[in-house]
Amino acid sequence: MSKKNTGDDIWKNNVEKIVKLFTLTYGSVVSQLCRDFQNNYYEVNQQLDKMGYNIGLRLIEEFLAKTGIKRCQSFKETADIITKLGFKIFLNIQPTIENWSNDGKSCSLIIPEPNPLTEFVELPITSDSKIGKELWYSQILCGVLRGALQMVQLDCDVNFIKDVLRGDDRTEMRLKLNKILKDEVPAGED
Amino acid sequence: MSDDSIIIPSTTTNSLSKLTINDYSKTGFGYNPSIGTQSNSINNIETSNLLISKKQIILSTSTIPIYEKLHLISKKSPIEEITLSSLLYLFSEIIQWQFKNSKNINDLEARLNGLGYKLGIKLIEMIKLKDGYKLLKRDTKILEILQFIHGPFWKFIFGKQADELEMSQNNNDEYMIIDNLPILNKYISIPKDYGDLNCCAFVAGIIEGSLDVSGFNCNVTAHTSTTDQHPLRTVYLIKFHSNVLYRENIRN
Repeated sequence: MSKKNTGDDIWKNNVEKIVKLFTLTYGSVVSQLCRDFQNNYYEVNQQLDKMGYNIGLRLIEEFLAKTGIKRCQSFKETADIITKLGFKIFLNIQPTIENWSNDGKSCSLIIPEPNPLTEFVELPITSDSKIGKELWYSQILCGVLRGALQMVQLDCDVNFIKDVLRGDDRTEMRLKLNKILKDEVPAGED
Repeated sequence: MSDDSIIIPSTTTNSLSKLTINDYSKTGFGYNPSIGTQSNSINNIETSNLLISKKQIILSTSTIPIYEKLHLISKKSPIEEITLSSLLYLFSEIIQWQFKNSKNINDLEARLNGLGYKLGIKLIEMIKLKDGYKLLKRDTKILEILQFIHGPFWKFIFGKQADELEMSQNNNDEYMIIDNLPILNKYISIPKDYGDLNCCAFVAGIIEGSLDVSGFNCNVTAHTSTTDQHPLRTVYLIKFHSNVLYRENIRN
């Protein structure tokens, strides 16, 4: 069975679903973080990334249990599985992969619209345009990918380079493989 | 209430009567009654910059404003649903993050409540808009609004109606909404030494925010009340402020 069908199958039969509450809850978190850090958006990004990382560490287990897939042969296959299975199961979207680098170690994920994290979101319009330049609203996704990939021995850098909320034409994440880790227990991060 | 105690939301430090013809809105927008229509015109550089940047942002980002999007959603949304576990992962991170910041269990519950409150303020407006003409009226009686919360509201956020809606027998200002299986608590087990922490304080905050913004000031708290069939049964205790009851009595 192809990966796409598997993703659809699991989505239909194997998961409990919830409507809009997720989007709204996430928005509430981001706005509270902005307030907590007094609009220091670098800190907000960092905190979101940390939360995502913690989620990723645990999410990979559910992912492996539900899909039952085997070890990937190449990083390209990994990226394929992330988009076709991972995003499908947990967020019900399917990003596309583009811009592979020549060495096959980095690529871009294009998050389709509407993105479940940002469905009702507009960044506030103020005379101070700091928020539009510094905040990566969906940064938590980067953390999740980083955490999850680390648990399968892939040390990656994940970051956003474009976001529709900032006025870009699309939402684009950059995924870069640093190295393949040896089998060992990773140090915890809290 | 004297004139001095009226606060203009856009300029919180000044009261209405203290405004003079030389005052202009700090944010660039807003109506100053002592000036009249002039106050809304573009009269300084800051304001015009603001307008320009606003225009640019609207031009460059999505073309459909949020409220129009809502109407599209009510017909057929591309993201109808997402996985419950994604929400629960997020929720558990929220609890950990707030737990680290809080001093004790009560403080933690208050913080969760605060997060929910902000959400509730927006949520009720959104639900009313989404369901169109059927619900697009303002509820003025306590019972009406509670039935709305218990029914369509609950259905929108959790996909099912709440299980029971009760009025307290002892106090006429207390009502209870009961959920036999709160989904947010589904995979949470509270350690014994955490006392009666109930993470549904977040949901209590949502209810409180929605009721407050509808003009029914109240406090909402979440309590666990276990029964044999429903070990996670949660009671949301809604305690209305006295002015709400006073108004209710006048209407009757």
